[in-house]
Amino acid sequence: MAEAHPVGFQWVVEAKKRGARIIHVDPRFTRTSALAHQHVPIRVGSDIAFLGGIINYVLQNELDFREYVVNYTNAANIVSEDFQDADDLDGLFSGFDTETRTYDPTSWQFAQEDDQGDLGPAQADDAGDSAEQRNTASGLQNEAHGMQVGSRPPRDETLQHPRCVYQVLKRHYARYTPEVVEQVCGVSQEDFLEVCRAWTENSGRERTTALVYSVGWTQHSVGVQYIRAGAILQLLTGNVGRPGGGIMALRGHASIQGSTDIPTLFNILPGYLPMPNAEKHQTLTEWIDAVRNPGSKGFWANAGAYGINLLKAYWGDAATPDNDFCFDYMPRITGDHGTYRTVLDMIDGKVKGYFLLGQNPAVGSAHGRAQRLGMANLDWVVVRDLFEIESATFWKDSPEVATGEIVPEECRTEVFLFPAASHVEKEGTFTQTQRMLQWREKAVEPPGDARSELWFFYHLGRMLRERLAGSEDERDRPLLDLAWDYPMHGDPEQVSSGWGEPSAEAVLKEINGYEVATGRPLSGFLEMKDDGSTLGGCWIYSGVYADGVNQAARRKSRHDQSFVASEWGWAWPMNRRILYNRASADPEGRPWSERKAYVWWDEDKQEWTGDDVPDFEKTKPPSYRAPEGSDGVAAIEGVDPFIMQGDGKGALYAPQGLIDGPLPTHYEPVESPFRNLLHGQQANPTRKEYRRADNPMNPDPRSPGAAEVFPFVFTTSRLTEHHTAGGMSRYVEHLAELQPEMFVEVSPELAAERGLEHMGWCHVITARSAIEGRVLVTERLRPLRVEGRTVHQVWMPYHWGQGGLVAGDSANDLFGISLDPNVLIQESKVGTCDVRPGRRPTGPALREYVEGYARRAGVLDGSEGPVVTASAAAQRESAAAQDGDDQHAPHQREDQ
Amino acid sequence: MTETPARTKRSLLPWPVLRQLADGDVLGRGRSVRSKRTDEIEPRTATADRVAKSVCPYCAVGCAQKIFVKDEKVVQIEGDPESPVNRGRLCPKGSASKNLVTSPLRQTAVKYRRPFGTEWEELDLHTAMEMVADRVLRARRDSWQDLDEHGRKVRRTMGIASLGGATLDNEENYLIKKLFTAMGAIQIENQARI
Amino acid sequence: MIGRNSLFGPLDPAPDAGYADAPPRKGFFTDTSVCIGCKACEVACKEWNDVPENLFQMLGTSYDNSHSLNANQWRHVAFIERPGRAPAPDQPAVPTTPPVDIGMPTVGAPPSDVPDEAKPDFQWLMSSDVCKHCTHAACLDVCPTGSLFRSEFGTVVVQDDICNGCGYCVAACPYGVIDRRKGPDGDPRVGIAQKCTLCYDRLTDNQRPACAQACPTESIQFGDVEELRERASARVATLHEQGVMDARLYGNDPEDGVGGTGAFFLLLDEPEVYGLPPDPVVTTKDLPRMYQRAAMAAAAMLAGAAVSFVRRKP
Repeated sequence: MAEAHPVGFQWVVEAKKRGARIIHVDPRFTRTSALAHQHVPIRVGSDIAFLGGIINYVLQNELDFREYVVNYTNAANIVSEDFQDADDLDGLFSGFDTETRTYDPTSWQFAQEDDQGDLGPAQADDAGDSAEQRNTASGLQNEAHGMQVGSRPPRDETLQHPRCVYQVLKRHYARYTPEVVEQVCGVSQEDFLEVCRAWTENSGRERTTALVYSVGWTQHSVGVQYIRAGAILQLLTGNVGRPGGGIMALRGHASIQGSTDIPTLFNILPGYLPMPNAEKHQTLTEWIDAVRNPGSKGFWANAGAYGINLLKAYWGDAATPDNDFCFDYMPRITGDHGTYRTVLDMIDGKVKGYFLLGQNPAVGSAHGRAQRLGMANLDWVVVRDLFEIESATFWKDSPEVATGEIVPEECRTEVFLFPAASHVEKEGTFTQTQRMLQWREKAVEPPGDARSELWFFYHLGRMLRERLAGSEDERDRPLLDLAWDYPMHGDPEQVSSGWGEPSAEAVLKEINGYEVATGRPLSGFLEMKDDGSTLGGCWIYSGVYADGVNQAARRKSRHDQSFVASEWGWAWPMNRRILYNRASADPEGRPWSERKAYVWWDEDKQEWTGDDVPDFEKTKPPSYRAPEGSDGVAAIEGVDPFIMQGDGKGALYAPQGLIDGPLPTHYEPVESPFRNLLHGQQANPTRKEYRRADNPMNPDPRSPGAAEVFPFVFTTSRLTEHHTAGGMSRYVEHLAELQPEMFVEVSPELAAERGLEHMGWCHVITARSAIEGRVLVTERLRPLRVEGRTVHQVWMPYHWGQGGLVAGDSANDLFGISLDPNVLIQESKVGTCDVRPGRRPTGPALREYVEGYARRAGVLDGSEGPVVTASAAAQRESAAAQDGDDQHAPHQREDQ
Repeated sequence: MTETPARTKRSLLPWPVLRQLADGDVLGRGRSVRSKRTDEIEPRTATADRVAKSVCPYCAVGCAQKIFVKDEKVVQIEGDPESPVNRGRLCPKGSASKNLVTSPLRQTAVKYRRPFGTEWEELDLHTAMEMVADRVLRARRDSWQDLDEHGRKVRRTMGIASLGGATLDNEENYLIKKLFTAMGAIQIENQARI
Repeated sequence: MIGRNSLFGPLDPAPDAGYADAPPRKGFFTDTSVCIGCKACEVACKEWNDVPENLFQMLGTSYDNSHSLNANQWRHVAFIERPGRAPAPDQPAVPTTPPVDIGMPTVGAPPSDVPDEAKPDFQWLMSSDVCKHCTHAACLDVCPTGSLFRSEFGTVVVQDDICNGCGYCVAACPYGVIDRRKGPDGDPRVGIAQKCTLCYDRLTDNQRPACAQACPTESIQFGDVEELRERASARVATLHEQGVMDARLYGNDPEDGVGGTGAFFLLLDEPEVYGLPPDPVVTTKDLPRMYQRAAMAAAAMLAGAAVSFVRRKP
């Protein structure tokens, strides 16, 4: 945190000064460790074993916050008797289909109350659906959709039922003992137990513990389950929805939260509405019901209004009830259209044009060589950036030009490098990592021909529409009917010539939503109607323009308001600063303790009140119980803080929505020198793989010779002095000089073993590439004892490329493409490698050198070992739990 | 202390030695040796024409920045002390924001590399826009799918992809997704998947 | 008159330099126990003061690539990787191999009084160094042009428009802070002595120096020196209570060789570990004695001359 988010770290320092204990778990000793009370070095890729160990400690010693757990989580829910745990099936859960490598989650569901009970269509997904969900990253419905479970599963609030979630959890983690943690993670039992004690002693009525992770956690083949493990622990210890608690994702880009909320992602639309799928969402009703989940509790019940407001915002007057609000204008997804699939499609010649908008995949994405070879096989690429980044110059100075794989005279890609406006040269909102939107005023005009993206895309759209005017072709209707009128401002000369700057405030108003007839901005998403009388581009942002005031532009001094600072900027939803904050009060609505009072029920006024906007219906009393047969918002009871979940409870156990199982279980990284100590199943069996010759993965430890060829573990992260792929730091002299060269951190022990000299050169090799850097020998890296032997870990920053004031090799060139099955994010925080002294070969010799390694490791032809390594018996037993009528269509097969 | 007290300013006596003795700065190390420029010094934060309220463009902490502008140039960027997020503080990257936006390395004109070209060429902005619009329509036409291989309606192009947006504004991402969706492009991706 | 302690010993420097209504003396208290080595101070300083780049070279001294304070580096963050206690004999886990020379400064830090078992395993010390704004500033004393001057805030500042680049100050500074700018070509201040001004221009408008404004963790604190000294003593006491027995102040003592510094530090090890001189003394300390001797010599000469006249009397 001190490394990549130093200003956020001021609050940790502040907490430390007030007596908080700071524990830092990280493979290497960083600037964060330097100020922590305890640094726990851990083997990269073993976090679930570590967190599972703490969960086990909590459960074995019954140190959970029982009143919170019983009332606010699904601990009491009874799981189907068909469910079998990964612990029983060699690392597989019940319902595994070996052919598609996905689960039929039928057996994971909650038990039914009686034979006639219906838990809703959401519980009936089969493995075919899971394969589809993996391809479309829709298992989770991306973060916000919550579990699609029936609202009233049977419960045992004594938590004694052998199949209640609490007991299932307890059995699942029983093997995650301190001894196992020591063996798997390389963390001493003493250190580990110190963390367990600190966590539990600091949680409860009077105290809360915060869990902070940086998004390296998401860059694993089990990334979603890492975060799930953190969530389970925080729910058990009663740390969600309460001040000083929570799980804080430290995201890495100014508006990466915003670009997920209002996505430029293939599988979702603004407000986490799913991108329509050709199979599942053929009609507007199917699309809405897929989000709404009739029978479930919560605010997704109003999905019809959210979806129709978006369609109405897109197609304005053309969108009417008679034409289903132009739902048919939406293009449909049919599978994996993620960025990695797309890059491989570029290599295969299936893509023609590519826009890069403030993004530098030649350095920043995994498997840099594939990225660059893909770009070199396009008709055209448009790069919009502040500087001449590597993704704009791949055709003349990329590493592949040196190896001869890209020959400028033979590379057909047309490249447009457009100068972009900087953050001070345009107005608009960023959404920071805690969902807060902050408006930026424009300070100056952009220099020369630099323009905002708003300008670029508005005018591109205008020109496309002008060119297609009069077209009779049905396919052009969505463009021609698009609501694309925005007021212009800025330089009067440009406005009058038709090249003005569109008003970002007008766009924000459209995002917020307004009454069509009057133009009155909506005060929030509760005002959204499903009849076309209102429109709004992103329902969760509705309220940001309430009363016609740009709420994101509010800048009331922190000195003039409470510590929650509700009048600085605007946070979605409805300006709530802590999500699920109903949980900060006990079931009766009273604060858990005076120290931790935050939001509570005011008996006199009969409403929720407190420091924050209650994340709950304001006048629904804690005593409210849902009438029989209710669903949606009415089914949320007074003790259901998790208002977006299908049962209103925090999910210790997730019967729905995860491709790789209802509970996090430890799998080794795809590339690991170790066998999985816990199961025969080595790595995530459901991970997304692209097995092809240009994407070899290093072999798993079963393969002969694997340990000799790639004996070490490596990981990467950021330095304080640089920013991601370097596009905003390597070109800035005051930053570039602070970390002027690519380097590789190794322990003194590894340096001695490999003959590496401090400040000399070394190179790191994987089956994808070899890169070089200066050797930094440091005790901040330590060899760990794992499974009885020593493992060396190597660390590298990933900020360099061939451009900028300071050049160097790119660490992301070392990674292959292997993805988390839930969200299709790559495993780029852990791999195996070799490290050698001296510089890497140059020119064509580099490829020969790397291929030599791949050949010795037996992966030159992309023939890595099997993905499913659980015992045959376990596979059979797991498969038996599939739904009998499960027939997956051929297109749902794994496309490898 | 908007005005410096008079007696901290330079003495007006003509001879240095006289100044030193009269001012009590006997050793001539303080008040008596101030230059005129020193007396007239003012921070450019005080002389700026205007201050824009902004937000740091690097990580997602969301530190508030004040952008000081003089003669239509950015002359200083620093943290906004009123912000509950950063209380006026910035990290090295945030502190380098002026360097970032005023860097001489910034691109200010369109660069164009033609197929099989070995050098950049300059291109007029509006011409470049026309060329891109042409290419988008051509790629869309040449790769259009009304139905997929299973006969399902998809009305899309698989020929146009996009990546980026994590440092762009919400309003920009909104228009980007809106336009791409309307033109039928679906491989629209973001750092959030990386 | 020259003040009693004008050249050595405790002194409030601004009134001594002729500012009758001087505001309270301003300075920095740098608390290295909360420094995260982010270098925001280095960058904020350069942005505000138009300090050009220093060097683009990896040094291998942990994460320090700025090397030292110099004309192009008015703030400098030192990084010290300090090995902890030796592993207990019953801990076989880590194989022992001969240590590799990692180029860290090893200059003779005296052995610490703190017993080994009370020390943390491993420490990464970081400290942002800066001009000390000495109570008795040798650079200022030797400046022949009056370019260096004592401001009303008690700070020591170079006047670019006066400095002729003679370099006397460079040799005089006991900390090696002030330096003549050598490049880059075209920079208007090449050849001129440069160092931290404690953002003199900002102070005249009641603004904090750029580095202190930026510092994320309040490691760099700006304020009235007197108040900062109290704060620093309290912080040391707190750290001692928390068992951080290595915490000590550096530069806060008005009785030290430079009369105490306007910019002083809380360190977690001996000053040498951070590259700071353990016992700096103002190089002009002996000026009064030298003047006295010179005066005596002159008097003796005069007396001799007089005597010779006397003797000429028949």
